[in-house]
Amino acid sequence: MGQIDLIDISKSYDKQKNVLDEINLSIEEGEFFVLVGPSGSGKSTLLRMIAGLEDITSGTLKISDKIVNHLPPKDRNLSMVFQNYALYPHLSVEQNILFGLGAKKVNKKEQQKRLAETAEMMGLSELLNRKPKELSGGQKQRVALARSVVSEAPLCLMDEPLSNLDAKLRAQMRIEIRRLQKRLGLTMVYVTHDQVEAMTMGDRIMVLNDGKIQQVGKPITLYNEPENLFVASFIGSPKMNMGKAVYSMNQNQLVIEDTLRIAQGPDMDDIPGNIDLTVGIRAEHLLPGTAENTTHHLEAVNVEQLGNETLIAFDVGSTLWMAKWLGQWDVQVGEMVPVHIDSGNFCFFDSNTGLLIKSANFVKEQEVVSI
Amino acid sequence: MSMHSTAIPATAGSQIHFDKVKRKQRIKNFFKGMLFLLPSIVLFGVFLFYPLVRTIYLSFFLTDAAGNTTVFVNWENYVNLFSSPVFLQSIKSTFLFVLYTVPVTIIIALFLAVIANEKLRGIGLFRTLYSSTMGISVAAASVFWLYLFHPSIGLLNMLLEAAGIDGVGWLTDPAWALIAVSITTIWMNLGFTFLILLGGLQSIDSYLYESADIDGAGYFYKLRRITIPMLSPSLFFVITVTIINAFQTFGQIDILTQGGPVNATNLIVYSIYREAFVNYQFGSASAQAVLLFIIILIMTFLQFKIGERRVHYQ
Repeated sequence: MGQIDLIDISKSYDKQKNVLDEINLSIEEGEFFVLVGPSGSGKSTLLRMIAGLEDITSGTLKISDKIVNHLPPKDRNLSMVFQNYALYPHLSVEQNILFGLGAKKVNKKEQQKRLAETAEMMGLSELLNRKPKELSGGQKQRVALARSVVSEAPLCLMDEPLSNLDAKLRAQMRIEIRRLQKRLGLTMVYVTHDQVEAMTMGDRIMVLNDGKIQQVGKPITLYNEPENLFVASFIGSPKMNMGKAVYSMNQNQLVIEDTLRIAQGPDMDDIPGNIDLTVGIRAEHLLPGTAENTTHHLEAVNVEQLGNETLIAFDVGSTLWMAKWLGQWDVQVGEMVPVHIDSGNFCFFDSNTGLLIKSANFVKEQEVVSI
Repeated sequence: MSMHSTAIPATAGSQIHFDKVKRKQRIKNFFKGMLFLLPSIVLFGVFLFYPLVRTIYLSFFLTDAAGNTTVFVNWENYVNLFSSPVFLQSIKSTFLFVLYTVPVTIIIALFLAVIANEKLRGIGLFRTLYSSTMGISVAAASVFWLYLFHPSIGLLNMLLEAAGIDGVGWLTDPAWALIAVSITTIWMNLGFTFLILLGGLQSIDSYLYESADIDGAGYFYKLRRITIPMLSPSLFFVITVTIINAFQTFGQIDILTQGGPVNATNLIVYSIYREAFVNYQFGSASAQAVLLFIIILIMTFLQFKIGERRVHYQ
């Protein structure tokens, strides 16, 4: 039993279509759990159901082994940080932080003690008398976090807390939130649509799409062994390169998007030949070809120089495949570029069900070498 | 060296040239702006500024029955006002009237707005009902209340008598007349005040309440710490507007009491009207109008001074 258990949780607004469909999930104590999915996938609704701000249509929600379906938010012993911070614009930072303690009638001495500790921890001591409109985005974010910390609730829910910050500040706050969670031993449920945030912060990630769980697991597992096409294309940046593939048994070749021909290797022995296949390959596995190992020549249609690495888009049939090469490569648009594709790096999916048939087997041995 | 000597006149010359063009553009922009403002300036000038200046001018004269100035009397009109028991009574009644109507209107409207802000089925019906008095003209409302206040066939007295209490001469008893007019006015102002406050309530971010729910705040804690402060701009607006409206009340007085009994409801605007168009004392009426203008100006100024500290604009 974890700290939060969701058993067959469903949600529908009009009693016809389920926004969330039979979610089963267990979140452990002290875990940083990330809910990630595109907008409209139901991740915020799920979080608000845990918080008690939305009714649960059916299913059971347990927090610390107690059923809490019927409890109002204040009796669930949790704190929440909202996307727009929900700071009270008419109250100073100090009053904002103490709002919840005042509501719970915590005595004044205790309030001041906790305020001092929290302000110190969050670096807000200098700002206590300011109004929210006099704060920068990052400072507002810290006040929102402080409000959650000061409540001393063991469970903290966050609804896209970083989406209003610029990229630099976001990277910094990611680290701060992660540190805070570890230091206080909080159980964190964190909603985001940004897969980078999910990958970098989560102990475990749940990918949600259309109200259904796509996959739950460690970030690296989701990256290496995506259970279906959705997870494969959602996790990772740039996204996994995909292509429709057909077996030509007589020639012992795999034909991708009618253009790429891959000789059948030992890796493909257990792939059934009689179904529609989709293959996927990560950008970092579309390697530059040397004189010895070049397998294909592909046309570069776009080149992005990032300084430490080069992103090259190749034209493959009807789609573009991205390659991520370490270092600076002088490639011209329109050039035919030699590349090395190893059939072992492919993930195979069933095109009809979208499910993974076989993941890439580069996993252990090769990663160590290339990084 | 020669480079410098040639460079300086060149830059100075171009500087002057720029200035000329800029000044030309500024003048052109000014006239363009004026052209856009012209319709408002003309309308305000004819219907507002000219009458205002004319009123101030008239307040220093005696006039004939047609309103033509006859004798310049300096401050005498004003001096007479402050020694006139009728005018002093009218000032007193006006302030009492403001005191009776404004707080009660706002408290009732706030209560209605808070309960109409709940998300319930069919709440639209109640919102329409509560704001419906806004759509009723002063004349219609006054006539309607005239019947309710009627001493023998009026509903109010019938109810009182059914409860075994003697009927009240609502509009004829000097002790009750101002209260009766106040009740009518409160009822009439309720719709507008309710609507503004409901609008204010609905613009409060629901996240604030959700966050307070998670923090464990109770209903009244939320009302006191979130709703009222966040509503303060709307509250300030309706307080200002209802005070000004109360000072300018005319229609309901004219229909319900005509200033009587014994001048108990002779509010200042009604007094101005009677002085000008019943007694044909345009000079004295103008002096009263100027005084009313000054009173409202001071009240509004004070409100803004006090309001600045208590109103939280986003």
